[in-house]
Formats: sequence, C-alpha cells, structure tokens
Amino acid sequence: MHNTNLEPAILTEYLLHLADDALILGHRNSEWCGHGPVLEQDIALTNIALDLIGQGRNFYQYAASTANQSGLRILQTVEEKEINEDSLAYLRDTREFRNCLLVEQTNGDWAKTIMRQFLFSSFQYLLYSKLQESRDSVIAGISAKALKEVTYHMRWSGEWVIRLGDGTEESRHRIMQAITELWTYTGELFAPTDYEKSAADAGIGANLPSLKTEWDKRVAEVFHEAILPHPGGTGEGGLTADPWMQSGGKSGLHSEHLGFILTELQFMQRAYPACEW
Amino acid sequence: MKIISDISIEKVREMLEEVTDPEVPVLTINDLGIVRDITLDGDRVEVTITPTYSGCPALDMIAANIRMTLLSYGFADVKVSNAISPAWTTDWMSEKGKQKLKEFGIAPPNAKPQFCNTNYFTENEAVQCPHCDSWNTRRISEFGSTACKALYQCKDCQEPFDYFKCH
Ligand SMILES: [Zn+2]
Repeated sequence: MHNTNLEPAILTEYLLHLADDALILGHRNSEWCGHGPVLEQDIALTNIALDLIGQGRNFYQYAASTANQSGLRILQTVEEKEINEDSLAYLRDTREFRNCLLVEQTNGDWAKTIMRQFLFSSFQYLLYSKLQESRDSVIAGISAKALKEVTYHMRWSGEWVIRLGDGTEESRHRIMQAITELWTYTGELFAPTDYEKSAADAGIGANLPSLKTEWDKRVAEVFHEAILPHPGGTGEGGLTADPWMQSGGKSGLHSEHLGFILTELQFMQRAYPACEW
Repeated sequence: MKIISDISIEKVREMLEEVTDPEVPVLTINDLGIVRDITLDGDRVEVTITPTYSGCPALDMIAANIRMTLLSYGFADVKVSNAISPAWTTDWMSEKGKQKLKEFGIAPPNAKPQFCNTNYFTENEAVQCPHCDSWNTRRISEFGSTACKALYQCKDCQEPFDYFKCH
C-alpha cells in the first residue's frame, strides 16, 4: 500500500472517479474521429482523447490493484474474477460510474465540444496541479505526468473559445449557446462527494472548493478575451447571478447520455465476453 | 540456444539498441530516453521503461519487442515494468537521437521545454526546418500525427514537417 490513512474502499472509489472523468471525456472526443472540421483539428481532438484515455487507464490500473489487494467487491456484474483495468472500464454499469455530468454531455457542435473541453481542462489543470503533491505517491506520479498533457488541452481549447467568441456572428452565437447549455454542470466540479472529502482530508485528494476561485479567474480571463459575457454576471447575455447547478454524476446518478456511451464503449465485451484482440 | 552468462548492464543496453519506437522507427528506445532501469539476476533481467505520454499506444508494443529481443539473446526470463514517475521529458532524448530525427525529416525538440506555459496565443516556439534549416517556420497545429509531435510548415521551402514537441 502506498498510504495507510484512507480506507481501501474510499480510495478505490476516488480513483474510479478520476479514471471515469478521463475515460468518458476521452470517449466523447473520440466520437469526433473522422468528423472534425479540418484534418488538423480532427487530429488534435483525437490526440486529446488518447491522452485522456491513457490517464484513465493509469487510474484504473491503480484502482484495480487497491481493490484486489483489499478483496474489495466493486463490480456487481462480474464475480470470482480478479479485477483489472479492462473489467473496470467495460463491465461496470451506469450507476457504478463516478464521472461528473459535464464530461458525459453530448458533443453537439464544434463550439459545444470546445466549451466542454475548456471548462473541464481548466478544472483538471488545477486538480492535477494539486494532486501531483498528493501523499499517495502513485496518484502524485500519474498526475504529474498528466499535467503536462492537460496544459496542452487547456491552451488549445482556450484559444478556440477566444477564436469563436471573437470571431463571426455565427461562431459567437454558437459558443454563447454552448455556455448556456454547459454552465449548469460546472458546479459539480467543485462540490465534493464524501469520498472526495475523505481523500482531501487524508492529504491524498484535492480540496475542491479551494480550486474554485482560481478556476473562476482563469475562465473569466478567457471569456473577457473572447468578449463573452461571464455566466456568473447578470449583464447582457449573461445568466443569472446564481444559476442552478446540476449534480449527481460523481455519486452514480447520471444523465441519460451515459447509458448510450456505455452501450457503444462496452459493446464488444458484452456481446463477446472476455474477447481479446 | 545461446546461454547468457557474465553479462553487464552496459551489454543489455547495447542489445536494446535493436528496439525502436514503432511510431518513429529511426529512434531506438535508448535514443528516446525511456529506459529508466535495468536489473540483472543471473539469466533473468528486468527492464523498466516510462511512457512518453499517458496514452502512448506504442508502449505495449515496445514492451513486447524488448522481451522478444532479450529472449533471443538467451535470457531465461525477461520482465518489463512501467514506471510513470518521474515523468518523461524530451530532455532525456539523446543528442544522437535528435540528429537522427532531423535526418528523418522531423524537427528535434528544442532544449527548453515550454509546456508549462499556460498563456493563450503565445508566440510560437522558433523551430528550425529539418529540410532547409530555415528558422522562418510557422506552427499549423499543436497536435500532429502522434501525441509527441506538432505540425509545422516552413515558410521558405514551403514543406510541412513534424516537430517532436518539448515535453
Ligand atoms: Zn524549409
């Protein structure tokens, strides 16, 4: 064990949350493969997908080892088998996934995909910055590695937000629509679940509310540059000062979209159990 | 069947010169700087490698090729493990590797990593064209044909080229 002050069940749930966020957003981005507006941007999104799925794999591998070491039963759907990264990704049902609602939202148009990436990467950048100092050395190592990748994702998506906001009437309209659709899922990023609180208290996870101010600042800077109204404000085009925030994904209560994602993601393992390439 | 005896770590490292990066075949894994450790125990050997990127799809193939290569030299058992920390950086790439990249038509990574820069629309890194040596180049995309590369174009000879980006 790499730490002693967090129950294996809680540590595993926390790891699954980190892994699921990365896998589900990676899967969403991979849906763009072959459909990007131009080849370079198609490749960019596929690269980002690959990074995220790789980060997910690293967390799943660690989650599998903590679960196996402690004899934890986290899969309702499989029994008597040693858990591994594949069974965690391919054999859990929607209620067992711990990703936030934001990452499972549909791709929509280019603007919505960009906005989803920007809002999440800005959060993930701050999260991994903290987690690279985690008292759990494995989490620290995975996060330090991933931080370099996420920095690219944040910069790429932020530049696109600016381009679209400060672009044509059409692009501006679309990126504003994307903010309207997605903003309601940003509150959950900073509202800790019980397992996130325990992980933070143990010095293993990050204190989420403490990341909010910096995230607000970074998002506001880009929106300002993009001449976009900040949703927190009440000015023209802005939402209400205190918009309603959706939550539940991190506790397993998902929007209907996750079921569709898993249907595609898990098809091979469901149709041909234990198949390998 | 060859039998391995009295082998040195240096010798194992030489054997690993035969294992190349499937995505950039001119580079050996030594050139890339991803071999972190080699431990010997009689006719058993363990090689520890590190991924360039979290989702590097070549890593499993590299691990398999390490096994095949060392087994063919007569090792009884070859274990390949993966160490993620400390995170790989292009600083670990050998000078020979950088030279080979350039000859292959890929601009080698600059010495000063700029990944930590979070500013938007910052000046492009000055990257030298591997074809005509001009510094008059522009970045087309921060993401290239593989995770480790960015796409550039030379404004003098007009050729597009991959840049092995700093990381
Ligand atoms: Zn040139």
